[in-house]
Amino acid sequence: MSDTTTPSGGEDTTTRVVLAKLGLDGHDRGIKVVARMLRDAGMEVIYLGLRQTTDSIVAAVEQEDADAIGLSMHNAGHLTLGPAMLAALDAADLDVPLIIGGIVPAPDLPILTEAGVAAVLGPGASADEVVRTVRRVVHGE
Amino acid sequence: MSDPKDDWQADYDEARLRDVPFETMSGVPLDAVYGEAPYPGQYPYTRGLHAAGYRSRLWTMRMFAGFGTAEDTNARFKELLRAGGTGLSTAFDMPTLMGRDSDSPWALGEVGRAGVAVDTLADMEDLFADIDLSTVSTSMTINGPAASLMAMYVAVGEKTGVPRADLAGTIQNDILKEYQAQKEYIYPPRPSMRIVTDMVKFTTAEMPKWHPISISGYHIREAGSTAAQELAFTLANGFAYVEAAIAAGEDINEFGRRLSFFFNSHLDFFEEIGKFRAARRIWARWMKERYGATDERAMMCRFHTQTAGVSLTASQPEINIARVATQALAAALGGTQSLHTDSFDEALALPTEKAARIALRTQQIVAHETGVTNVVDPLAGAPFVEWMTDEMERQAEEVFAHLDELGNGSILEGVYAGIDNGYFVGEIADAAYRFEREVNADRRIIVGVNAFTDGDEDTVPNLLRVDHSTEEYQRKRLDAVKKDRNQESVTAALDLITATAEDSTTNLMPSIIDAVKVYATEEEIAMAMEKVFGTYVETAIV
Amino acid sequence: MSRPDLAAAELVERATNGDRRSVGRLLSLVERGGAGAEEIAELTHLESHSSHVIGITGAPGAGKSTMVAKLVAACTAAGQRPAVLAVDPSSPLTGGAILGDRVRMAEVDTTAFIRSVATRGHAGGLALAIPGGARVLAAAGFDPVIIETVGVGQVEVDVTAAADTTVVVVTPGMGDAVQANKAGLLEVADIFVVNKADRPGAGDARRDLELMLELSHVTGQEDESYRPPIVMVNSLDGDGIAEVYDLIHTHQDHLVTSGTLHDRRCRRTRFELASRAGLRFERVLTSALDTPAVAAVIDDVAAGRATPASGLAALTAALDAPL
Repeated sequence: MSDTTTPSGGEDTTTRVVLAKLGLDGHDRGIKVVARMLRDAGMEVIYLGLRQTTDSIVAAVEQEDADAIGLSMHNAGHLTLGPAMLAALDAADLDVPLIIGGIVPAPDLPILTEAGVAAVLGPGASADEVVRTVRRVVHGE
Repeated sequence: MSDPKDDWQADYDEARLRDVPFETMSGVPLDAVYGEAPYPGQYPYTRGLHAAGYRSRLWTMRMFAGFGTAEDTNARFKELLRAGGTGLSTAFDMPTLMGRDSDSPWALGEVGRAGVAVDTLADMEDLFADIDLSTVSTSMTINGPAASLMAMYVAVGEKTGVPRADLAGTIQNDILKEYQAQKEYIYPPRPSMRIVTDMVKFTTAEMPKWHPISISGYHIREAGSTAAQELAFTLANGFAYVEAAIAAGEDINEFGRRLSFFFNSHLDFFEEIGKFRAARRIWARWMKERYGATDERAMMCRFHTQTAGVSLTASQPEINIARVATQALAAALGGTQSLHTDSFDEALALPTEKAARIALRTQQIVAHETGVTNVVDPLAGAPFVEWMTDEMERQAEEVFAHLDELGNGSILEGVYAGIDNGYFVGEIADAAYRFEREVNADRRIIVGVNAFTDGDEDTVPNLLRVDHSTEEYQRKRLDAVKKDRNQESVTAALDLITATAEDSTTNLMPSIIDAVKVYATEEEIAMAMEKVFGTYVETAIV
Repeated sequence: MSRPDLAAAELVERATNGDRRSVGRLLSLVERGGAGAEEIAELTHLESHSSHVIGITGAPGAGKSTMVAKLVAACTAAGQRPAVLAVDPSSPLTGGAILGDRVRMAEVDTTAFIRSVATRGHAGGLALAIPGGARVLAAAGFDPVIIETVGVGQVEVDVTAAADTTVVVVTPGMGDAVQANKAGLLEVADIFVVNKADRPGAGDARRDLELMLELSHVTGQEDESYRPPIVMVNSLDGDGIAEVYDLIHTHQDHLVTSGTLHDRRCRRTRFELASRAGLRFERVLTSALDTPAVAAVIDDVAAGRATPASGLAALTAALDAPL
């Protein structure tokens, strides 16, 4: 079932997710696959692409009224960049869940979740898992 | 016409063979080749570049290394050389790959993480300390700022008494695939090609043992392409460099023999072997027939291979050793010139020393224990293997025809057009998504991921943790270098680079070498050119 | 939703005081449609008149986003506060979308406001969401408001045509100009841009446009005193952008001095009202079709037990009830 629901009043709520690569890391196979997974689950993906800064992501989240943010990290920068992103969201008073995908070693998981990352998706996460995770952090399901 | 078998025999007799018995484990003596002509070492080289294949020389076991500071990597280099590795291969950290210094805001969290950090010549001096550059061959995996890193290597050589003409090695410098797959670009495609062409000219004139471009399909495959796309896009990029060099007045026979390739070895065994064999055949035919090469060495597709990092799973990581072994075997049967085997823990973190050693041991087993090196191109003539080779070639030729049309008879223009209109990234993203969907639908089994998943609980291997002080250390070091250098000569050197960038008739290399010698940083040099060349943003979306 | 849902009036208050997050939220509510969107239209309409609305359209791959990015930079440099509504199609299969215009506008500094809008499939939705969204942006003080659409669907063309100034972008080769003509873009253009003008065939594209303009001029245009100019642009390096920027202002002045601005806005209002009413009718029609009485007659007509006329009579009766 698609994520778009059109209740009788003609109202349309579609989940909107900002996807970005923060920093210099150029591995974008995973994030592009995830973009399609979310699209095929009926969501709207605002794709920011490579080499984003925390500022550019905050601006996009505000302007696009995103329901969630997905960052893909493959260069072991997650322990620095994850918290930096959270701090930037905090400074902008944005309470939007942050999901980190990519190569995150198991010992780092609790560090990230305690810092306030809503979910971490490892390599090999299935489409179902990706879509379920986004729905969970957005709708609390 | 002479008899191909006699010709082959003559070539084989000239080769210096390794001093090992060429017989099976049980003592059955083996011929060097079986089957029909053309034989190994004969055009179009489907069966290999040399008559004696691995009987004369095994592939180079080239292990990619680089993390943390230059001293850390230097220690790893020495360890690899002691363990029997025969070539050095350098991984740089992301800021270095993108032409950024360790103190750039962009470098935050990435300094020394995925490779070694090099900001100035001082780091390069540390990286190769106590290693005699005249006796090793060094491979440097860098593209956007390749000219600066090559310049630093030249400078280190000169400082340690090794003239540039004696430096042996390869610099990846394959900028086209950056726009298609790896995304580590700085400038737009056309000015980037000018830098590449300048490097080709410079090395052709002054560094005869240096391979100025390693045309790389590896990253195209890692980005999710099929085997045939990897083959086709890589060779098309090769044709593009050839056309650019010819347009710049270079002799195809001169630079053609110093081009080399870099392929991925993935898990579909026969498809991979077919791909490697097809690569040699296509390259030879195109170099001879389309571009008019007459020197056989300029028609030979020499390639390095790395096992598929993307195939490694984070779950049950130890079983990756079996994947890597299969891929290494495919590369050997495909006739690779050198091989990097991935460490089993790479889907989790940077490899530990132990995991890197197991990876090296894996290819040593293939080389010394399996017997596949006794016979040259042992699978030749098998109907399926020959069909697979033909099929890979057929699919690749379709892509070449498309690019030729896009470029109105020029592959170079076709590749530019394919970059501009999103053809390459679109094809790769489509293939990646198709594969992912098949795995998700359980139409493809990935052991330990969507089948046979029990047993994952007890396997958290020791992971390499990059010391968090690396970043701080590297920044301080850069500060110190900047304080020590003569600022006036740095400014003058950078201005000269900018002026040279504006003048397309002057080679950029000499001005870059002068700049690194006065300790201009990598980023300063990159920015000096960016003033003229501008930057690139990928606009094609999935 | 993890966010507290503020009342529309509070959001409008905050938006007009420069809170960009509230602007973003309002745009979502407008897109969502229904009573919330109506309320926001009420709250923002009277504040939205001073902003110039620019529509930019053209075939996929014409380089519109890149051009818009350069145009936005020109506006910012001139001290304006531009905003963009960048429309991309939703997947007809899943309703989802990958919206990538921000990537092409990466160089735009964060003072400009960019919103990606998916067409979301259902007819009429976009026709309301875009004027409604433009109104919110204008009320929040953004000027100009740029609407960028792919000029293929009728709704997209209509939406863009309802701007104060409409720019049509074509590229050399591929018969872009001819396609634009077929799509009905020629009639709505106030300015033509031949983008990627460094490519072969740019001169031909210009001549095609001139020829077609000549013909359409004969058939008569709404405004005899204005003839759409053609600009050669290379949006990658910014060549020609300054001219586009100037021509937009020339057109804006022309609208005021000739009095056609009011005509334009009447046309836009008419279009919006028609869209609103159409959407409402459609909803009523759908529920009427679903009433048991009508469903029964549909069954009979399909089975040959009743005539289409009796079916229509039953449907009309059902329509009368809620209306």
